Amino acid sequence: MAPTPPARDVAIVAFAQSDHRRRTDELSEVELLMPVLHQVLDATGLKTSDIGFTCSGSSDYLAGRAFSFTMALDGVGAWPPISESHVEMDGAWALYEAWVKILTGEADTALVYGYGKSSPGEVRDVLTRQLDPYYVAPLWPDSVALAALQAQSLIDAGDTDEAALAAVAARSRDSATANPHAQVRGSRPQGDYLVRPLRTGDCPPVGDGAAAVILAAGDRARDLCARPAWIRGMDHRIEAHSLGVRDLTDSPSARMAAERAGAFERPVDTAELHAPFSAQEVVLRKALRLGDDVTVNPSGGVLAANPVMAAGLIRLGEAAARIHRGESDRALAHATSGPCLQQNLVAVLEGES
Amino acid sequence: MTSSAAPEVLRAPLVVEFPFTRSLGPVQSAFLTGLRERTVLGVRTGDGRVLVPPVEYDPVTAEEIRELVEVAPTGTVTTWAWNPTPRRDQPLGRPFAWVLVRLDGADTALLHVLDAPGPEAVRTGMRVRIRWAGERTGAITDIACFEPGEAEEDHQPGPHSGRFEDLVTGIVAPARLDYTYSPGRAQSAYISGLSARKTVGERCPSCQKVYVPPRGACPTCGLATQERVEVGPAGTVTTYCIVNIKAKNLDIEVPYVYAHIALDGAGLALHGRIGGIPYDQVRMGLRVEPVWSEGGRYPDHYRPTGEPDADYDTYKELI
Repeated sequence: MAPTPPARDVAIVAFAQSDHRRRTDELSEVELLMPVLHQVLDATGLKTSDIGFTCSGSSDYLAGRAFSFTMALDGVGAWPPISESHVEMDGAWALYEAWVKILTGEADTALVYGYGKSSPGEVRDVLTRQLDPYYVAPLWPDSVALAALQAQSLIDAGDTDEAALAAVAARSRDSATANPHAQVRGSRPQGDYLVRPLRTGDCPPVGDGAAAVILAAGDRARDLCARPAWIRGMDHRIEAHSLGVRDLTDSPSARMAAERAGAFERPVDTAELHAPFSAQEVVLRKALRLGDDVTVNPSGGVLAANPVMAAGLIRLGEAAARIHRGESDRALAHATSGPCLQQNLVAVLEGES
Repeated sequence: MTSSAAPEVLRAPLVVEFPFTRSLGPVQSAFLTGLRERTVLGVRTGDGRVLVPPVEYDPVTAEEIRELVEVAPTGTVTTWAWNPTPRRDQPLGRPFAWVLVRLDGADTALLHVLDAPGPEAVRTGMRVRIRWAGERTGAITDIACFEPGEAEEDHQPGPHSGRFEDLVTGIVAPARLDYTYSPGRAQSAYISGLSARKTVGERCPSCQKVYVPPRGACPTCGLATQERVEVGPAGTVTTYCIVNIKAKNLDIEVPYVYAHIALDGAGLALHGRIGGIPYDQVRMGLRVEPVWSEGGRYPDHYRPTGEPDADYDTYKELI
């Protein structure tokens, strides 16, 4: 089925992110988030009262507290009352909700943010709580273990090997040297096996961080940004939760989301992929049909900084920022959620020449 | 009072623990009861595939599926990952392999663990069998783990009614996550202040409101609050309620009064219990002060100061 073009032109007009760090004990979540919100608002000259819709993504399980996002709302300035929503997911899905809100004509601008502090808990254990609670979660398979099963499937299928995975990790962290926000930059040893076949270097750093973008429709976007990153299409898809019924070497949901977002209509020059583990880039490159001529993760990607619940939104933001700077004309941005790329979101962003 | 020295960031262990109690549908109930009886069941989809572990709806067509099939306790590893450092609550306390196992008679794979001496003893395609837990309750952990090898007795896969004596209809899945909680800069300053029996708020640079307890942001202006301001100790009751139900583990006689109290200098009211006065004599405007118990980390309650009541106009904005 051919994708339906969006009913309105909507663009990412500003992007900001924190410096991602291993720990931010001195900052509460709102203290972590607020500078990023101010930065993205300042970039457009908008005030909170000018924003039509606000949407955020975060997780109570990371914070260890119920309704933690309500505290973060203090950083937005919710008086006089604002139109606001929250997803218990990565901020990329908050961006999707905001995009839909603008497409309906209910708003012309939106502020989207995502944030997460992984440092207070053990993120490998925390993420087990998103698994099937009957058959899987009682075994406590941590996020690295599940990614390692996927990596071994790829190795068994001949799609990659440990040397190729190390090259993905090295390229990502080399690229991150140009990214002042990244947590892990430059060359570092691949390290020991965390869960074989994945070594430390194949896994994302654990850290804290936040990100925010502003969306705007039509001429409003042109007013706010010299070169808006127009969202030509966006879609997200999910696969069965049971790992044993899926082909872990493929990502049909990413492919379908890309198709529905219009990614295959013309080549892209840049791809920001949300691949927390090196082997997942192998899966995504194949599913998204990315050739060697596409610049993949020039930011360093998630292997260089992985603030959970913001990392996917950052992919959209980084892709948009390259368009803002004139470094890309057509970029693919991808976000994922769940074990072994269970859910995938793809957006196609374009700059006008 | 304005203080610039940042207090030490506070940290404390925070444990989130909950015994999730979940009911089971007919297929999950049969599967988990089967494990208790050392019988592994799958479910057949409309196109004839057998899913193990079984689900109630076809993951492709979403069609309801109920046809149970018994599969063998032996199978083939479809992929694996060696875990050198087991984490708390994982099935084995020594290094093991995570495995996806396609049991004989099944078309899909089950996630579990394999007890093996080392990674060199594991490979995709190897034959494994279930090692049953000694005590079984009707849970996925009734499979203690897999081990290399074939079945000890002959198992014939085939149709199964799903009927067992004493069906398991629910599971209790305990979950515990450990955190080290840090409240951040603003709340650390507030808590540190309390240890000296001072109540410290923060002033918004824009609207000048003083927030107590401070959270580092003015929710009205969306700005960071930095300037620390000591408020109180006395304050005014802005509104209150009378509590008539005794809370479990709370050693306070009912009825008692719970009130919003605007400490002098604060831009909003915090809440606390009122003592030292009969409950039916508490009123809006009553002037109160904190009472600290020995070693208390925050005021135990507030009692009347004996001053005349505050004029309504002085606190009406804070109700």
